[in-house]
Amino acid sequence: MADAKRPNQLLRNLNAKVAAIPMVATALVVFVGCTIWTIVHSFTKSKLLPKTDFVGLDQYERLWKTNKWLISIENLAIYGICSLVLSICIGFFLATLLDQKIRFENTIRTIILYPFALSFVVTGLTWQWILNPDFGVQKIVRSLGWESFAFDPLYNQDIVIYGILIAAIWQGSGLIMVIMLAGLRGIDQEIWKAARVDGIPKWKTYIFIVIPMMRPVFVTALVLITAGIVKVYDLVVAQTNGGPGIASEVPAKYVIESMFKNQNLGQAFAASTMMLVTVLIILVPYAYLEYGGKRRAK
Amino acid sequence: MNFRNALVATTALCAASAVSAADLEVTHWWTSGGEAAAVAEFAKAFNETEGNNWVDGAIAGGGGVARGVIVSRILGGDPMHATQLNHGRQAEELVEAGLMLDLTDIAEEGGWRDIVHPVSLLDSCTVDGKVYCVPVNIHSWQWLWLSHKAYADAGVDVPSNWDEFVSSAPALEAAGKVPLAMGQQSWQSSGAFGVMLVALGGPELWTKVYAEKDADAAASAEMAAVFEAAAAARELSAGSNVSDWNLATAMVINGEAGGQIMGDWAQGEFAVAEQVAGEDYTCLPGLGVNEIISTGGDAFYFPKQDDPEVEAAQKELAKLLLSKEVQVNFNLKKGSLPVRGDVDLAAANDCMKKGLEILASGNILPDGNQVLSADTTGQLEDLMVEFWNDTSITAEDAHKRYADIIASAD
Repeated sequence: MADAKRPNQLLRNLNAKVAAIPMVATALVVFVGCTIWTIVHSFTKSKLLPKTDFVGLDQYERLWKTNKWLISIENLAIYGICSLVLSICIGFFLATLLDQKIRFENTIRTIILYPFALSFVVTGLTWQWILNPDFGVQKIVRSLGWESFAFDPLYNQDIVIYGILIAAIWQGSGLIMVIMLAGLRGIDQEIWKAARVDGIPKWKTYIFIVIPMMRPVFVTALVLITAGIVKVYDLVVAQTNGGPGIASEVPAKYVIESMFKNQNLGQAFAASTMMLVTVLIILVPYAYLEYGGKRRAK
Repeated sequence: MNFRNALVATTALCAASAVSAADLEVTHWWTSGGEAAAVAEFAKAFNETEGNNWVDGAIAGGGGVARGVIVSRILGGDPMHATQLNHGRQAEELVEAGLMLDLTDIAEEGGWRDIVHPVSLLDSCTVDGKVYCVPVNIHSWQWLWLSHKAYADAGVDVPSNWDEFVSSAPALEAAGKVPLAMGQQSWQSSGAFGVMLVALGGPELWTKVYAEKDADAAASAEMAAVFEAAAAARELSAGSNVSDWNLATAMVINGEAGGQIMGDWAQGEFAVAEQVAGEDYTCLPGLGVNEIISTGGDAFYFPKQDDPEVEAAQKELAKLLLSKEVQVNFNLKKGSLPVRGDVDLAAANDCMKKGLEILASGNILPDGNQVLSADTTGQLEDLMVEFWNDTSITAEDAHKRYADIIASAD
């Protein structure tokens, strides 16, 4: 009886399964296949072209001894944490402001979302000019009379990464705002009425009732922002090209430069494998909590 | 009948254009004013040949960025028809993988071995006895460019060597000038250091460190002295917040900076600004200490194509690049030296004549790109750009890391 049922189970929704095969195959071959290929070659001394002369962990040893890589990782950590926190806070704050049924909401929403329509390269170049001490913000403030005013983050090794962060937040927070706004609009008006009847202040309603209800929206925003953080490259290239010195290098840039400029594939693959490991370290516990936990609850 | 006629006509048309009519896409990273004017000479000469068309594929951002684009396009199966690269080891693996067109037949036909001077340039294009690239110019790094205006404003004489340059720096600073203009890109930092090594440490030390990768020489006391000098030069360059080399050169042209260590391609910028060597600016080969130049330069490689028509046009372009007229026109605009010893450069200015004299006297070194792999070059560039921009790194620290890189160089 059970034996007779099993093939049925496989053939159920056959059309849907057949239709999914190309996508599954692409994901397996392109994503998993290429990842394995990259990891395998990170143990070789491939130069410009992939070869299979295995050298063990040499590439990784060199990687973790290279100052440029260490600075890249540090920058990514600062940039990642700050942009995650700030994007979500600013995005949510702007969304609550827009949610107060103000006039010209559409206009304001469009203006705030507009930077997202620009590519990172354009964003980077624009902010490079704005932050340039010779003709940007510093120049304008000084010409207004504050002669000693200094604001040149892109030319200061210690804070250059924050200069890049400003541009990233400017570009990205509009999108987060729109997502949050959609989430806020999804909250049932009855809940607001109930809160008002109970005399709960507005800010308390947001923090203790609305935010917990918006969990899926926050997760969406989180995934979008994190994906952007790990692959940040074009913004840095356009804004500082890693400078001054190597103070604003990021891992993706290290990979690209090792691969094509320095013609050292092995080193590039070792670096990209480390990037993958970093992502997994964050992703695996999260996925475990998110999905593993649910199964147990059932 | 009609159909056949049409067919014959079409075939005839194809055959007619097959003589050698092709649009060749040529990639290069010559984007500054002087460079663009020079590469336009190539395009003009090639467009004048029958039916051929030069499609310009300039890539902005300097050699470091452009090489990445070029290599990834060739490896990715979308090769351009011709491309600039530096001589030497940059294209080594691409040639070995059979991705470049073999030019041996036209090289023999044109007697390149006899006309290219110094012949080491052609050797850099040769792999296993076969020629794969066309050298088009000789560029040397070892020049110090000095602004007469800046020194006049500061009220001191234009220096005639590096020591005088360093001792005149306080006067320039007092006059509100930056003594040493320096672009922030890594290749510039590394190049300027190489120049100081040749000039202050001497060519023997350079050869030991770069060509022979002698770890002891790289860790020696002579080398430490060069690092001390570089740390001093770093102080002089504080305040030049520019990125591209030509913007740094512009500071020298405008008299905002005293000098710049840069290769002879800087001369193209002075030419575009209509400045005269000896009157508006001075050039000191080998920083005025050791008059030696390296003979690196640019070469054109021709990635392999399936189309025989395109291949014919590629070979035609290769021949054209080495012809006397094109060599003279191009190099005068570019400020570089021609690769042929037999062309007349009467129109050359003072600086180019100095270069030609040194070239003729044989005081030459290979270029860093000819002896170091791209990997080692990249490591040195990373170290140098960090050292040059971060004053918290002492000369000793940088020296130690430098010696490690040379010791593990391949």
